[in-house]
Amino acid sequence: MELNFTAEDQAFRAEVRDFIEANYPIELKRKVEAGLELGKDDYVRWQKILHAKGWIAPKWPVEFGGTGWSPTQRYIFEEELTAASTPRIIPFGLAMLGPVLMEYGSKSQQARYLPDILSSDTWWAQGYSEPGAGSDLASLKTRAEPQGDHYLVNGSKIWTTYGHYADWIFCLVRTSQEEKKQKGISFLLIDMNDPGISVAPIITADGKHVVNQVFFEDVRVPKENLVGEEGAGWTIAKFLLGHERTNIAGVAASKRQVLRIKEIAGREQSGGRSLLQDQRYRDKLSQLEIELLALEYTNLRVLSAEAAGQQIGPEASLLKVKGTEVQQRITELLVEAVGYYALPYDLDALRFGWQEREPIGPDYAAVLAPHYFDWRKSSIYGGSNEIQKNIISKAVLGL
Amino acid sequence: MDFSFTEEQQMLKDSVDRFVQNEYDFDARQKLAATDPGYSEAHWQTFAELGWLGITFAESVGGYGGSAVDSAIILEAFGRGLVLEPFLASVVLGGNLLARAGSAEQQAACLPQVIEGQKKLALAYFEPEARYELSHVTTRAEFVDGGYLITGRKGVVLHGATADWLIVSARTAGGPRDVAGVSLFLVDAATAGVETRPYRMVDGLMGAELGLSRVRVGSDALIGELDLGLEVLEWALDYGIAGVCAEAVGCMDRLQELTLEYMKTRQQFGVALGSFQVVQHRMAEMFMACEQARSLAYMAAVKVDSAPQERRRALSAAKVYIGQAGRLLGQESVQLHGGIGCTDELNVPHYFKRLTAINAWFGDESYHLGRFAGTE
Repeated sequence: MELNFTAEDQAFRAEVRDFIEANYPIELKRKVEAGLELGKDDYVRWQKILHAKGWIAPKWPVEFGGTGWSPTQRYIFEEELTAASTPRIIPFGLAMLGPVLMEYGSKSQQARYLPDILSSDTWWAQGYSEPGAGSDLASLKTRAEPQGDHYLVNGSKIWTTYGHYADWIFCLVRTSQEEKKQKGISFLLIDMNDPGISVAPIITADGKHVVNQVFFEDVRVPKENLVGEEGAGWTIAKFLLGHERTNIAGVAASKRQVLRIKEIAGREQSGGRSLLQDQRYRDKLSQLEIELLALEYTNLRVLSAEAAGQQIGPEASLLKVKGTEVQQRITELLVEAVGYYALPYDLDALRFGWQEREPIGPDYAAVLAPHYFDWRKSSIYGGSNEIQKNIISKAVLGL
Repeated sequence: MDFSFTEEQQMLKDSVDRFVQNEYDFDARQKLAATDPGYSEAHWQTFAELGWLGITFAESVGGYGGSAVDSAIILEAFGRGLVLEPFLASVVLGGNLLARAGSAEQQAACLPQVIEGQKKLALAYFEPEARYELSHVTTRAEFVDGGYLITGRKGVVLHGATADWLIVSARTAGGPRDVAGVSLFLVDAATAGVETRPYRMVDGLMGAELGLSRVRVGSDALIGELDLGLEVLEWALDYGIAGVCAEAVGCMDRLQELTLEYMKTRQQFGVALGSFQVVQHRMAEMFMACEQARSLAYMAAVKVDSAPQERRRALSAAKVYIGQAGRLLGQESVQLHGGIGCTDELNVPHYFKRLTAINAWFGDESYHLGRFAGTE
């Protein structure tokens, strides 16, 4: 049992850190650290910097433009990116569709789509959930009727993150009615510029526009845009759900956020001393730190098993549940830390910061309550935590 | 980053698991617990023969040069069987403390006999009003005629009445709660003035109240440096924490198995209880808590030998988490078993009792939440 990183790992960490230090634009860093809204240009700018270095897709096989790193190196890379407050890498193309195309796509699909995913020249969105299909995803109703050389798509997708930025969307659609509803689902790539597609914004509880509802009305999609066989959509969806694993716990991001709690609670006053000195607050924070430590070491155990060549299965469900519980607790303690000044609600300050204006309360306070409200989504998306517990009880416990 | 066991460790684990499987079914365990010493001397000899009692000690004193990971492997397996023998008291607490701080003479006189299973150690550090504050020591050791006279009381000494030697904390300088001025002494349990009052504890293990009345020891009974005993005592108790964390994981693992099996077989409303989602989600919570506890138990075993602040932080975190996970697993297992879970004849509540006791040992959740915060 060796719980320290090797000298090679440490050297790799230093290399990553130095690169970020030298290449991460300071104005982007300020925005991320302040918790302000990032736009399409911000994400693409950072992703292109990583792409130029050849580091944008560590998980991809080398022949497709990956890095050939070990699971441990990928973990370190993610830790360093997060510790430096870089924007998250938008997962839809790089972490989701890319691996799907490599596994199920035709050669010509790979040649057509992968390079633009790698260079962030195409923005992809994910079209899974529907107004009537949330946790029960397989009940989705968006239809793609085969008509000669194309499908006619009708229906609607919801919670489409950055759908308003997207050039393309990969969708689960129903191509046939089968007794077992999972069977009639196919995986289809749709150009967002096609006639018949409209995007309606959904404003979330934090006042932001990130997610959307996408409507498809007699949209003609060429049959060559089908990935895998007709009816293989559910298999592909399951492959994809299980693909993005190492970062599902979000340990590095949560560690960064715990430091933020300490910074803020260290500045807030309570009874003549810092809030960090307040025993009741401190106990809550310590409890959170311990939960995070348990998560971190569980994540490392999974990583160690993965590095030893073992298949990672339903452990990912544990990491998702516990990871999001920790994240949500962080948002609660941040709100608690600023007391009354959690209350002022200024949309411009949320998006752009206070700029030239005098902040209302401490300049870090305005984003905290909206973030708390928004982050309730984390135990809902990606398979709600209840669904994850179902997976554990079936796949691990055999119930 | 590697959480795997070495080949030797895997063999050790197999061998302890096999022992527990063959020798420690629940009925046998309950019979043993009701006997006079509260454990089996024959088992103790087996432990010695298999080398378990010497696993963490240096080869120079007859040990095998292992680490806290090795004793964690043994204790995790013991947890599965609710093993009663004084491994924690004699080897993990007493033996390790002596191996770390004892003089060459003390080690040579004691450790080979401990390793061979001929003699046992116990660690007497807690006092009736000290709660978890280690510096709260009122037992006094006066320097008289080239030796010490020790007078005071110690409480809840784990396996204190069957130990041949007691390691006793006593004040050699300063006031009742001063950090400096606490010294450790190696005391032959047969010395005049040593009085033990043994009793059974809630988890079936044996404890003792210890009275010390002008107990005379030589100057060579001092362990480590005069007045500076607290640091080594705290280290030894952290070693104990790593040990009970591993043991707790064994208990939780077994509780989970037992409850899962029951949920698959117990029929109510015409179906297995485990077919209800309300039960499934509770079992999933137990699984997650148990796995996370295991992660921290490994961390604890590895970090017990790191620098003091890092060690304290890691061990306190593990102790808090395992206290809470142990309570969850214990209470939920009883609840899911229903009425039968509240009976003495079923093994389930006995695991619950041991987990409850483990939370109380070496500082509970509240205490370690505080120590954790203090390591910043």
